[in-house]
Amino acid sequence: MKLIHLYPREMNIYGDTGNVLVLMCRLQWRGLPVEVAPVSVGDPLPHDADILLGGGGQDAAQGEIGADFAGRGAELRAMADDGVVMLTICGTYQMLGHEFVTQEGRRIAGAGVLDVVTHGQAERLIGNNFVDTTDAGRLVGYENHSGLTELGPGVRALGSTQSGRGNNGRDRTEGAVRDNVIGTYLHGPVLAKSPRFADELLRLALARRGSDTDLEPLDDTLAEQAARVAVGRPR
Amino acid sequence: MNLLAVWLGKSVLLALRALGRRGNALPGLVVEKVFPSFLPRALARLDDGVVVITGTNGKTTTTKMIATILGERYRVLTNDSGSNFVRGAITACVEHATWGGRLPFDVGIFELDEAWAVRFVALVPPQRALLLNVMRDQLDRFGEIDTTAGLLGTVAAATTGHVVLNRDDERVAALAERTGAQVSYYGVAPQLRELFPNDEELYGGPVSRSTKPASAELRSLPAGEQPHITLRVAGSDHEVLLRADGPHNAQNAAGAVALALTFGLDTATVLAGLAKVSPAFGRGQSFDVDGRRLVLQLVKNPAGFRQTLRTLDGVTGADAIVVAINDDYADGRDVSWLWDVDFAALAAPASSGAHRSTAGTRAADMAVRLRYDGIDVDEVEPDLEKAVRVAVSAVPAGGHVVVFSTYTAMWALHAILLRIGQAV
Ligand SMILES: [Zn+2]
Repeated sequence: MKLIHLYPREMNIYGDTGNVLVLMCRLQWRGLPVEVAPVSVGDPLPHDADILLGGGGQDAAQGEIGADFAGRGAELRAMADDGVVMLTICGTYQMLGHEFVTQEGRRIAGAGVLDVVTHGQAERLIGNNFVDTTDAGRLVGYENHSGLTELGPGVRALGSTQSGRGNNGRDRTEGAVRDNVIGTYLHGPVLAKSPRFADELLRLALARRGSDTDLEPLDDTLAEQAARVAVGRPR
Repeated sequence: MNLLAVWLGKSVLLALRALGRRGNALPGLVVEKVFPSFLPRALARLDDGVVVITGTNGKTTTTKMIATILGERYRVLTNDSGSNFVRGAITACVEHATWGGRLPFDVGIFELDEAWAVRFVALVPPQRALLLNVMRDQLDRFGEIDTTAGLLGTVAAATTGHVVLNRDDERVAALAERTGAQVSYYGVAPQLRELFPNDEELYGGPVSRSTKPASAELRSLPAGEQPHITLRVAGSDHEVLLRADGPHNAQNAAGAVALALTFGLDTATVLAGLAKVSPAFGRGQSFDVDGRRLVLQLVKNPAGFRQTLRTLDGVTGADAIVVAINDDYADGRDVSWLWDVDFAALAAPASSGAHRSTAGTRAADMAVRLRYDGIDVDEVEPDLEKAVRVAVSAVPAGGHVVVFSTYTAMWALHAILLRIGQAV
């Protein structure tokens, strides 16, 4: 299994790098070989990747990698069409969309992988958040973003937020899904306290390869306990 | 000085003491409400002005160092009780003022977190400021690191006399542009630079080396039999025996010296003061519990936690390790920062035989984090007192327990340890 870690240096805020570690360990614990390929500005995207992971970054970092990212649009769309599993958080989620419109009205083109558009605003949406999904149960994480994201008809919401503000603070939706591509605002990192979701991503990637999708069960008692605690904490 | 304000504040303090409470914020709050201009007016009377110390890591220790150094020559007012707030400063003023309303001090030295520093300098423009570093911390409050740097810029802009900057933190060094005050720098020698990564460098960025001249430069750390640090001041090297250990305390010492030098003190006086500094609250304080030695280490952000774990390399005799993580407002609600810390030191052979546990409101989160670094903990116990008792009982008499703890867990543990043991 090959994991791409996109922009490990620029897009790693709020522990998102942990998602890479979680998937890596969950494969290794089951004796499945895994390789992580970091991809920074200017690096080529490996063509044999199963999963691509990207995190959130500072607004300034997002500006620095903006051109590099937009230049990868065609390639990323082809990967998405080909069923590559992508989990993108916050800044990377926004940049997978059509565009990001800053507060000053400047338009930054995205990769056009997800049918979403994001508008910057002054207020940040910050706090503990949990999200109910149909396929992967409850996702538990932490949101911290100032962009408001609107979903187009080409995507469905990842889930509905119960305690947080979600995509835009208005329609209770959180995240976006198209094929095997997922964008979400959940930091935390989200996979740490949502092990079912982590395994669901691995199953999607195994299925795409035509491999056996039966994953040996792991003891996730601690993660479930941590998730229960988080849900009960103040926002 | 407003006599009524002092009387009011002192009365609240006395009432709190009569109730057996260690009051800090409340007297300040009451005075602030009734006499909003109390603080600026009181501090405006200090002959040698106000010093603000702010930044993400090292504020408390550095403030203590500066207060001790300046204490050689000046009557120093400082908020030395761990309180970061304007109200703490008001409380300190009323506590120490005479009942006649006189403030018997020459200089005020205040540790303020970034957001409070901005509010404080709007009320009281400081003569001097020492700006330490900007690391990811409490991003649930500040949003992102560049925002935090902007807050420090506001402090630099409001400072009237002299701003001392850490030349090795690029975001901080860049704030020279933001101030009309005189600027000087402190720093570490190029060969030590890698030990003090800034936020970018922690995440794989190249290590940058500043060429700005430092009025105090850390040249060497204690090594082997040689317990001194070396500081270069005005072109000559001086050995100093620091009582607070760890590389970042040595770096903070350079900052404290650079700030003290702006008062025109001679090098010998400054370094003599520095040698008298004892460890600050929660930065390596020790307790005896049932014949076991327990050391408390405050951790609150990735950079600080990593550095504290590095000092554990020298304390590999730990027989039990407790990591206590709370997520109250003062700790930061967001615990995702734990994933930006590399816990390999806790898995290292020297600590592999140790009893390892997690505690605090986010004990389970912390245990999950350690599991993904290959560390299975022996105990997950949110209750702090129970966690301490379990760790102590897992260790033979004469054994060592190291407790890493976030801010609010630290205060709770401090009270617990004084009850079930004693400070040593
Ligand atoms: Zn975010």
